[in-house]
Amino acid sequence: MPSTQPPSPSWRSGITDVGAGGGAAVVVDVVVVGAGIVGAAVARALAVGGARVVVVERGQAAGGTSGSGEGNLLVSDKGPGAELAMAQRAHELWPALARELTEELRAGLPGGFPDLELEPKGGLVVATTAAGANALRTFAATQRPAGVRAVELDADGTRALEPALTPEVACAVHYPDDAQVQPVAATEALLASARQHGASVLTGAEVTAPLLAGGRLAGVRTTRGDVAAGAVVVAAGPWSGEVSARLGAALAVLPRRGVILVTTRQPHLVHRKVYDADYVGAVSSGDADLQTSTVVESTAAGTILIGSSRERVGFDASLRVDVLRRLALGALTLFPALAGVPVMRSYGGFRPYVPDHLPVVGEDPRLPGLWHATGHEGAGIGLAPATGELLADLLLGRTPSLDAAAFSPARAGLLDGQAASAGAA
Amino acid sequence: MPEVASTKDHDDSANDGVVVVGGGPAGLAAATAARRAGARVVLVEAGDDVGGQYWRHLPPQRPARDEGQLHHGWSRFTEMRRSLLADEGCEVLTGASVWAVEARAPHLPGDAPVLRVVLAPIGGADAAQREHRLLRPGALVVATGAHDLTLPFPGWDLPGVVTGGAAQAFAKSERLAVGERVVVAGAGPFLLPVASSLLSTGATVLEVCEAAGPAQLARGWGSHPARLLAGPRVMAAKTAELAGYAAALLRERVPYRTATGVVAARGEGRLEEVVLARLAPDWSPVPGTERVVAADALAVSHGFTPRLEVALAAGCALREDGFVAVDDRGATSVPGVWAAGEVTGIGGADLAQVEGELAGLAAAGAVAHPGTHEASQRLSQQLSQQVSRLLDRRRTLEAFAGRLAAAHAPRAGWLAQVTDDTTVCRCEEVTAGRLRAVAAATASTADTPAGARSLRLTTRAGLGVCQGRICGHAVDAVLGRTSVGRGAGSGVGPVSHQRRPIAVPVRLGELAALPAPDHQTSDHQTADHQTADHQTSDHQTPDLTDSEEPRS
Ligand SMILES: Cc1cc2nc3c(=O)[nH]c(=O)nc-3n(C[C@H](O)[C@H](O)[C@H](O)COP(=O)(O)OP(=O)(O)OC[C@H]3O[C@@H](n4cnc5c(N)ncnc54)[C@H](O)[C@@H]3O)c2cc1C
Ligand SMILES: Cc1cc2nc3c(=O)[nH]c(=O)nc-3n(C[C@H](O)[C@H](O)[C@H](O)COP(=O)(O)OP(=O)(O)OC[C@H]3O[C@@H](n4cnc5c(N)ncnc54)[C@H](O)[C@@H]3O)c2cc1C
Repeated sequence: MPSTQPPSPSWRSGITDVGAGGGAAVVVDVVVVGAGIVGAAVARALAVGGARVVVVERGQAAGGTSGSGEGNLLVSDKGPGAELAMAQRAHELWPALARELTEELRAGLPGGFPDLELEPKGGLVVATTAAGANALRTFAATQRPAGVRAVELDADGTRALEPALTPEVACAVHYPDDAQVQPVAATEALLASARQHGASVLTGAEVTAPLLAGGRLAGVRTTRGDVAAGAVVVAAGPWSGEVSARLGAALAVLPRRGVILVTTRQPHLVHRKVYDADYVGAVSSGDADLQTSTVVESTAAGTILIGSSRERVGFDASLRVDVLRRLALGALTLFPALAGVPVMRSYGGFRPYVPDHLPVVGEDPRLPGLWHATGHEGAGIGLAPATGELLADLLLGRTPSLDAAAFSPARAGLLDGQAASAGAA
Repeated sequence: MPEVASTKDHDDSANDGVVVVGGGPAGLAAATAARRAGARVVLVEAGDDVGGQYWRHLPPQRPARDEGQLHHGWSRFTEMRRSLLADEGCEVLTGASVWAVEARAPHLPGDAPVLRVVLAPIGGADAAQREHRLLRPGALVVATGAHDLTLPFPGWDLPGVVTGGAAQAFAKSERLAVGERVVVAGAGPFLLPVASSLLSTGATVLEVCEAAGPAQLARGWGSHPARLLAGPRVMAAKTAELAGYAAALLRERVPYRTATGVVAARGEGRLEEVVLARLAPDWSPVPGTERVVAADALAVSHGFTPRLEVALAAGCALREDGFVAVDDRGATSVPGVWAAGEVTGIGGADLAQVEGELAGLAAAGAVAHPGTHEASQRLSQQLSQQVSRLLDRRRTLEAFAGRLAAAHAPRAGWLAQVTDDTTVCRCEEVTAGRLRAVAAATASTADTPAGARSLRLTTRAGLGVCQGRICGHAVDAVLGRTSVGRGAGSGVGPVSHQRRPIAVPVRLGELAALPAPDHQTSDHQTADHQTADHQTSDHQTPDLTDSEEPRS
């Protein structure tokens, strides 16, 4: 298998009368399945690159995982490797992207397009135990050579950044490059920009079957009609497994549930993103399948978000009070002063992950015309711009700036025995 | 899976019998009926006392001798309350809010969900020490009622503008008026008791403005409202009650104007004047008919919206009009869960009690094992007679309620009063203009509008402290997501903003102090990859503590 896809001229459908001929299929260059942030970023990158794109979405834009999580753009949690490289590329792209989007979408909307709230506020990783402190120092030491800024702080330095933090800090490392964005505003801005570049977005259209031609995937059948295309990009988040199976080449993408607590407005209590370096409660709890890794942060609106849990429960969205308890415990370990703060809401979604926990971006080796952009797990918001760029580079035949082989669906181990397990997911 | 825990779960005596959430007319009737049928009962009520919206009263520390005059069916209320409180088989928890509902383990099909309850001591939600209770219902009756809603207009967020329900609650529970010169406006028979309770506290009610015009009113009331008064006997109490309110208005010479609505509330920092206008049959203001009335309070209500948190958390399906779907005995779509009262549709306190009784009996039937065989046969015979009587009453009252709903259901023209500068979401200060503009900017095509969830998150409408309880329906309506004028006059929107897994705010400290589960919740595991997790990234450094992570 080649490590980078050859420029593939076949994506050009070569037919120019888009949507013409009463009732006939819509014909475009690329159909993107899923209007989450990944589909939105892919659609925009392709449209800006000159492709005729239609996004088909079964529900509503940003109605899936991208509207159900947080918007951290993190380098702090990534060790050296392909995902860190993608995150670093995304960090380069975000500021310019946000400026461009704001510029493009300024016209005609009183009050402006909803703010992306891109904020390079930095993150603080805190260990409260000796073991945690050791691990944190070791981890930070591996990150620095890969270009991650990681500054260990003393007690005074820590207090200066986060006055309300617990005094029980064994080690704190400041990551000035961690940032955040408002995921739904970002998704909508990417889609609106894609539309300005000629793309169209069809919501309420569920992909049900492939359109095949000469051994290639040549479009999709949807509940709102057929869309013929030179290439199909599946960006259906945790449902990518199901969609790719429907199209004929299953990829095992699984959901991992996450829950977040939202407090009432508490301005000026938490300034940065603050993460616990220890897995709170994971040792004492017998519940091996539930992990909570705490992040506490304020939003632009003044609420505090407390995330988040990881559970493998399929698509079961029912409430488990124990998850809320564990999140609250984690938050109070970092910020004891939050004990009296009311939680007014909890929400959550399903992170899309593949068994080797790396995003999958590229053409499927089993079915020409089928492309994947998925598997971003808990980092899809942050990684979206770099994903869009990489996919457009590959599909439009440009030289990617990232090592495409690392994310290829053809990488070792990913597709072995997939068809069976994807069906089960 | 520990054997002991599961047998205990299957044992009926280990559950809390019939758990009734809500101590209004429906909940009280349900609890009373379930006791009569031999089931143990726990009644959970968020307020400091039972009674609900209908029998709101002075706090027990300050009883009043004339309380009965202010309330209809007061003696029935005091009797139900007294006997439930004195009954060893019934536990009444007041100041107790159900804040979470968990579905039970799937290996117990047909079981009611488990409830988490915060118990607030006297002193209410702000008191420092609250306790938690875990209830395991054998059967659950949801009787959480409704609250009134106001369609927005410019100035509805000024101090001095209140909902009819708030004005009435203040009058009933504090004996105070919200103002000295008050305009009552909106739609529905509810405006009458609101005006009447304001009068009883000494306020001057300047006028009562009903949005529905004569033609619409005639659909429900008939061209001869007097006929209603002479209707079936079960209606006599209701119509007499309404006639009583009307008489009070007459006595005080309060004008009652139909086809009239508020187009704006104005004032410097608080309400000073109300702009009223004639409304066309579609409820749009007729240009040139505006008049200004000086007032220091305005009470406005346009209908009711169900309190759905508990029902939705339990998984109950809704009807198209947004209320909980039930059969005529009150069974919801979830086995083991019944619903009664205004959470299932607006029909007044009498209907709520009939529904409560039916649901209480049905729920009791699902859990109770009364005495000997003959005793239980005798009981079930008595019960089936009661049930058929109740079902008759239910049908009559529902027909009446349906006609009233049609007579006062909001019509689409009201949106004309929601100018672009009208604040729709008060908590987050989002105007109608902003909502409309963002909806347009994020819509894909004319026939595929922006998503409701996306709009909430891009505009913050409905994300404030009220969590959409006040503005949710208005946001939906401004965006054209609801066909106001359909349904039972509720104007309630799609379910999206109603889903609140945390039904009432709970403090972080309280959550953290909950007891840890006593055994492995193995039922939540799926045949999913159990391989060691490499790091994943919303925000953590999992590699750090790999060695500490439990593996399975
Ligand atoms: C609790 C939680 C916290 C998180 N925190 C962060 C964070 O801080 N930072 C970060 O970067 N990431 C975070 N994430 C992860 C991030 O949200 C996801 O990686 C990202 O949203 C994935 O985007 P997506 O576009 O791939 O999927 P989605 O947003 O789920 O979009 C997929 C879309 O495909 C549509 N679809 C599905 N099937 C079909 C079909 N048959 N036909 C048509 N359309 C279909 C769906 O309706 C959906 O809209 C978090 C996730 C969770 C759950
Ligand atoms: C504001 C208002 C004023 C009204 N005034 C009149 C009137 O003057 N005349 C008239 O004829 N009809 C009036 N009605 C209608 C009448 O009150 C209802 O028909 C009747 O009260 C319905 O009874 P219910 O038991 O269904 O609900 P309710 O009386 O509303 O009782 C529901 C109870 O559930 C409790 N509850 C809700 N959620 C929870 C929770 N999570 N945990 C614990 N407890 C909970 C509430 O505190 C409440 O006490 C009014 C209704 C409202 C909303």
